[in-house]
Amino acid sequence: MTLQPNDRVATTPESGIRKFFELAEERDDVISLGVGEPDFSAPWAARTAAIHSLEEGKTSYTANRGKLELRQAIADHVSQWGHTYSPDSEILVTTGASEAVDLALRTFLDPGDTVAVHQPTYISYKPGVRFAGGEPLSVPTGADNDFVLTPEALREAGAAEADALIFCYPNNPTGAVMSADEIAAVAEFCVDNDIDVIADEIYAALTYDGDHTSIATMPNMRERTVVINGFSKAYAMTGLRLGYAMGPADAIEAMNRVHQYTMLSAPTTAQYAAIEALRSCQESINEMATEFNRRRRFVISRFEEMGLDCFTAKGAFYAFPACGGDDEAFAENLLEEQGVAVVPGSVFGPGGAGHLRISYATGMRDLKEAMTRIESFVADR
Amino acid sequence: MDEKQELLSLLSTDAREDIDDIARQLGTDAETVASLLDELESDGTVRGYQAVIDWDNTDSQHVAAFVELNVELDRETGYKEIADRIARFPAVESLRLVSGDYDFAIEVTGDSMQDVSQFISEQIAPIPEITQTVTHFIMETYKEAGIDFGDRDDDDRLSVSP
Repeated sequence: MTLQPNDRVATTPESGIRKFFELAEERDDVISLGVGEPDFSAPWAARTAAIHSLEEGKTSYTANRGKLELRQAIADHVSQWGHTYSPDSEILVTTGASEAVDLALRTFLDPGDTVAVHQPTYISYKPGVRFAGGEPLSVPTGADNDFVLTPEALREAGAAEADALIFCYPNNPTGAVMSADEIAAVAEFCVDNDIDVIADEIYAALTYDGDHTSIATMPNMRERTVVINGFSKAYAMTGLRLGYAMGPADAIEAMNRVHQYTMLSAPTTAQYAAIEALRSCQESINEMATEFNRRRRFVISRFEEMGLDCFTAKGAFYAFPACGGDDEAFAENLLEEQGVAVVPGSVFGPGGAGHLRISYATGMRDLKEAMTRIESFVADR
Repeated sequence: MDEKQELLSLLSTDAREDIDDIARQLGTDAETVASLLDELESDGTVRGYQAVIDWDNTDSQHVAAFVELNVELDRETGYKEIADRIARFPAVESLRLVSGDYDFAIEVTGDSMQDVSQFISEQIAPIPEITQTVTHFIMETYKEAGIDFGDRDDDDRLSVSP
């Protein structure tokens, strides 16, 4: 037969999220707590900048690495987390942080390389590793430890032999944030075992109990870490598809080689929006983060009141309560009986089982109603 | 931000939340919120709680005007004294001393244009210190108290996404 997908693609199952998307789409009375993007629109000034760039006819390619003005603005922006990357040689603007993750995997993995992926986590990492010819290695984290990754868990999973680690904190789906000390311990493990790190820091701007700490700023980590971030979550620009990768010049140069042959350059309109977002939209961003923080506290306290164990998520816009049983059945029945969509934790890998990912990127009114419905669902069981 | 600031910031977004929900969002308990509210009300920080109404959506007659006022001060009469006299009229919704070409900016409401005009000419203009009034009737309100009247809650996001 023609057009047969290769083994790597054929053996990669469809995302478990898809099923819930389809179920939720069947009804029109659903309140969704299953959305992995902000409910705000991109700041108006950023949208205006995009519109102006179009009016001026700025619709051609940019430099492969992205507009220098944008890379400069990114360099300034990330200095708040202690990053020092040269706009000329150490930053690459990509089509979403997703492209940056894919580029890193395809640039640094040799066939058969092992990549440690802590679980539960964002659903794209393991397929991404496979598509790039590598082998993902699951490293569990659990509610008993607030979903923090430890050197012990890495060692037990056999990650000492791994070639790379994908590290995503603040974490999707748990909302977990790791402290500087906890990150330092993981960093030490990586240095000792010569493991490269792909640090997905897309939620760095959304931490609610102290500032984000980057693993790349730990001793001897800069040279072995590619830091990935983007505009989707903090700037509510998911649909504009704009992210970036930062790392040592040689690593970025290598990633750019793949990027220039496969993507050429990130969307030009989005780059203009991003320049303006970094230049003038900090106030909108802070307001969004304040609002997320209120909803976070609200959701966590409501789960406590209903008697569902919910550890104190300190980042991103997710809570990850335990549902006291089969998470898939819980989510399906909740959707059917109460019209509330959530994503079962097991979709995000082992360790997520028995939990629900609750996105609080939804207005307070809907959030309150959804929590009331979940409460009566829990009470009826 | 301390608790008081956080409470003010939350109230300025939505003052209709009940105390339990406010407490949950601030990560504190209802008693603390209640006593903070008492404090803010009694020290005059929180002056009231009002709905933001788009009157064009109602059947009621509602006319509003911005009025610029110029005044002449003398030894006995300052801005404060004049402001006190103007503020007492219930038809005066807001009253501010501003920089620029005129002194006071006030907002006046009434049931009709005639109503508002009459109020300005019979009650405001005759105040001895007032030397000039310029009335701007409001023809359309697009945004008020931070709320964009053109905004509708269209959520076109995918209902479930990674």
